[in-house]
Amino acid sequence: MCTTCGCGDGDTKVDGVAVVNAGEHELEHRHADGTVHTHWHLHEGGDRNAPLGMAHAHKHAGDTWHTHVHDGTTGDLLGPRNALASVHDAALPSERIVRIEQDILARNDAFADENRRAFADRGNFALNLVSSPGSGKTTLLVRTIEALRGCIPVCVIEGDQQTSLDADRIRATGAGAVQVNTGKGCHLDALMVGQALEKLGPAEGALVMIENVGNLVCPAAFDLGEAHKVVILSVTEGSDKPLKYPDMFRAADLMLINKTDLLPHVQFDVDAAVAYARRMRPELEVICLSATTGEGLDAWLAWLERGVAAANAARDRSVVVLRRRVAELEAKLTAMDASA
Amino acid sequence: MHEVALAEGVLRIVADAARANAAARVHTVWLELGALAHVEPDALAFCFDAVTRGSIAHGAKLEIERTAGAAWCMPCSERVPLARLGDACPLCGSYQLQVVDGDEMRVKEIGIA
Repeated sequence: MCTTCGCGDGDTKVDGVAVVNAGEHELEHRHADGTVHTHWHLHEGGDRNAPLGMAHAHKHAGDTWHTHVHDGTTGDLLGPRNALASVHDAALPSERIVRIEQDILARNDAFADENRRAFADRGNFALNLVSSPGSGKTTLLVRTIEALRGCIPVCVIEGDQQTSLDADRIRATGAGAVQVNTGKGCHLDALMVGQALEKLGPAEGALVMIENVGNLVCPAAFDLGEAHKVVILSVTEGSDKPLKYPDMFRAADLMLINKTDLLPHVQFDVDAAVAYARRMRPELEVICLSATTGEGLDAWLAWLERGVAAANAARDRSVVVLRRRVAELEAKLTAMDASA
Repeated sequence: MHEVALAEGVLRIVADAARANAAARVHTVWLELGALAHVEPDALAFCFDAVTRGSIAHGAKLEIERTAGAAWCMPCSERVPLARLGDACPLCGSYQLQVVDGDEMRVKEIGIA
């Protein structure tokens, strides 16, 4: 978290490169003539470094520049170092109420819709894999990529707070992977995924797996544009996890119970875990498997193949519809040319 | 702590609306958080104070209205109250429930000057 203001996404990186708008903050100030405008400042370390309390320059419409200072607490202009007067001392008129009625996640959801359109255009089947740390997500991904080699192109967006270890493991299989480092952030959001997608450039008809940050709480709230959230619960965890973290199990369409090869050695009640999860989501699908031994993997692969086939078919249908529309328009144009 | 990201979302909506209404200051922000929404109101309030520092909503009062949860019970074919996710239908004890109300997270209104 940024110490200046408490923001959570200041350290986001895609394959080690800082995300363009990371650490930016909006500050609003008012000029002597009453015009209010807003500009961004970057945190220490950014190229256009402008820490609060220090003079910084920025550009206005019409290419004019000016320099001024924010006081670090209010975003107001500071006096003598600046030719522009602050109007914040003026008495405030009485409070007005403005009705807004807007969803807090609307911005994320708009980016998620863009991602969803991009997936649809390429016929990609996109999954958002969520779980607590250590459930075996990356091992499952590696195993899945190996099993689908030669059948379905797979690429991966890896989310972790730090390191590119997981993306490195995926790349070692030959599949394309982009690592998103969220810094202190606890989840991937749709904007991060959109930026990673540009870099990743999934093939037509590919399966896109987004491995979220290992966290059974926060990623539940954020739509990334995926077709399904897939929650992974390993048998080394408690069967009662769905009761403890209901939001994630409610958000998922499929639950994978992983590490079933360890069932003889642990006290994990599969039936209870499934029943608890279905309290949150009655229609939740469940597949039990072991990414290590391959037990139960066929059911998972069949589920993936069905999803990929459906995504490809939907894209083909939209191509057919577009071609038909193009043909109609061309016929219309020809008719117009003929009558002209 | 996805509440930081949620608080940033609130600030963005509030700052856009304040600007559109030529406000100098935002004094109050009213939120509607459903009882089943994926958010901890106290954590959100804490994060709101942090992210609004240095913004047009600096020092704004956050008023949080909680709305009740409700679900559609499939066996009962009826709308029933639901206090939290994972609870059973108060009428028949079934868990065949679809949340129909109480998962909203919305900025309702702002008070500006």
